Amino acid sequence: MSTISREEVAHLARLARLEVTDDELDAFAGQLDVILESMKTLAEVNTDGVQPTSHAVPLVNVFREDQPQPSLPREDVLAGGPDTAEDRFRVPRILDEEA
Amino acid sequence: MSRIIDRTAAELAADIREGRLTSVEVTTAFLDRIAAVDGTVKAFLHVDREGALATAAEVDAAVAAGQDLGPLAGVPIAVKDVVVTKGLPTTAASKILEGWIPPYDATITERIKAAKMPILGKTNMDEFAMGSSTEYSAFFKTVNPWDTGRIPGGSGGGSAAAVAAKMAPLAIGTDTGGSIRQPGAVTGTFGAKPTYGSNSRYGLIAFSSSLDTPGPVSRNALDGALLHEVISGYDPRDSTAIDAPVPPVVEAAKTGANGDLSGLKLGVVKEFESSYDKAEPGVVEAYRAGVEQLVKLGAEIVEVSCPSFTYALPTYYLIAPSEASSNLARYDGVRYGLRAGDDGQHSLEEVMSLTREAGFGPEVKRRIILGTYALSAGYVDAFYGKAQLVRTLIKQDFEKAFEQVDAIISPTTPFIAFKFGERTGDPYQMYLADLYTIPTNLYGGPGVSVPVGLSEGMPVGLQVMGPVMGDDITYRVAAALESTQDTLLADTAPEISANLRLTAFDEKGK
Repeated sequence: MSTISREEVAHLARLARLEVTDDELDAFAGQLDVILESMKTLAEVNTDGVQPTSHAVPLVNVFREDQPQPSLPREDVLAGGPDTAEDRFRVPRILDEEA
Repeated sequence: MSRIIDRTAAELAADIREGRLTSVEVTTAFLDRIAAVDGTVKAFLHVDREGALATAAEVDAAVAAGQDLGPLAGVPIAVKDVVVTKGLPTTAASKILEGWIPPYDATITERIKAAKMPILGKTNMDEFAMGSSTEYSAFFKTVNPWDTGRIPGGSGGGSAAAVAAKMAPLAIGTDTGGSIRQPGAVTGTFGAKPTYGSNSRYGLIAFSSSLDTPGPVSRNALDGALLHEVISGYDPRDSTAIDAPVPPVVEAAKTGANGDLSGLKLGVVKEFESSYDKAEPGVVEAYRAGVEQLVKLGAEIVEVSCPSFTYALPTYYLIAPSEASSNLARYDGVRYGLRAGDDGQHSLEEVMSLTREAGFGPEVKRRIILGTYALSAGYVDAFYGKAQLVRTLIKQDFEKAFEQVDAIISPTTPFIAFKFGERTGDPYQMYLADLYTIPTNLYGGPGVSVPVGLSEGMPVGLQVMGPVMGDDITYRVAAALESTQDTLLADTAPEISANLRLTAFDEKGK
């Protein structure tokens, strides 16, 4: 039995805000299945009493003084945007008409 | 004197400092080399002739005025396109960032600029640094200067190819699972992944934040060490930066060049050794010959056991895509880069999905889906959570090993540069390229790849792994190995046929 189905891949793509084509779904489902199969080998490893590692080098919180500093010039930042208006990023409507 | 482009960065720096060459002459020589051969190699996504020459002229004026600008002043450098450079296009080789001009510099870019090194341009890579062949660049493939039918490694194939083809004496790479070392190995160049946290991630386009590490690409260990010291060191803008002195890598490379490793214990990993029958025989042969050389230099070989290394690959391919799926959420078509489907008919969420469909290539999509899976409710404990636990065991394996040995050695990658298209159909086969490099990333320690020999006429790399903040030992061993070679392997690459394709060069990046 496969670890991941075409439908699951489609669901995950939706969660990740990725449109995927039918061809991609077919390809990804098979490829991800191979990859996930290899990952199942981790279940063999005894990790009782082991603490997780989230970062290579253990660090506690790093604090700094909260001092105001100049931010990037607004025009420099907006220059990278795909669409801007009135000194802001312009975005498509957020809510559907019927919502 | 040899051609300018044949000289090492250390030699060029001395030539410039002592007035035998100007930085403008040096920089022009590399720019001309790019113009002559990059139509074939295609290592650069963008070339900044004007900017590079402007910096070079500044250096020459300062040298003429008797100023000492530092160890690499005037020596030009290529920068991987995942590092942001103010005013220079930065895309991470993705369509989603095509045309983006960063409004700020990465910390390492600032340090390169402060060191007065002319930036030649930005190098090609696998999109968002995900891949081992640079075939996943959204723009074009980079070829291996040793054989134009083969891959230059990845993700930093452009930086490695640029140095191998002598279009740059130095380059910047980034290494998340092997993206500096594996391209180094397959192009006959030197590459170092420094200790995680010792080189700032500020201004790197994020792939996997707990693993990403920028580092040097060069023709030999000493050049790499000189660049390492320029870019390395604490940065308060990187919250995971280590506030500690930079290990003395330049001194270590010089010590290593004396060719004496007596008293040094080098570990070979039992679990790797028993897997070498699955690697290419020619690679293993070249590696074993390298080990013999190290023994002749006085090193003692000690077998260490690292049982969890067997699980490093699946551990990495859960952690890295999980972090990537989160990091790449920022490409939503709002603040920078591409926006697709904004025709007044689609909602913001639909535009985001259409933008990401149009802007991301197949490997990036695969990893986003994989990471989303590994982090989703019901699977997170079995996959991402389990990977974090196994990561601890891998770290412990390293820590135990370094109680017995000074450094650990292995081949850098199981196979020589493969042919284009050979592994793109089966992502898992591509992932195997990083089999020996990934454990170090999960641990956080340093690892370098140094050319050790040839197999089928193609370069093979030997990897030296060190303890956290023990970068100097890796440079020492690498430089010692180089001292056994009559000629640097990087100097024996076949000459690129200089098909003068100036137009291709001029059109790029515009």
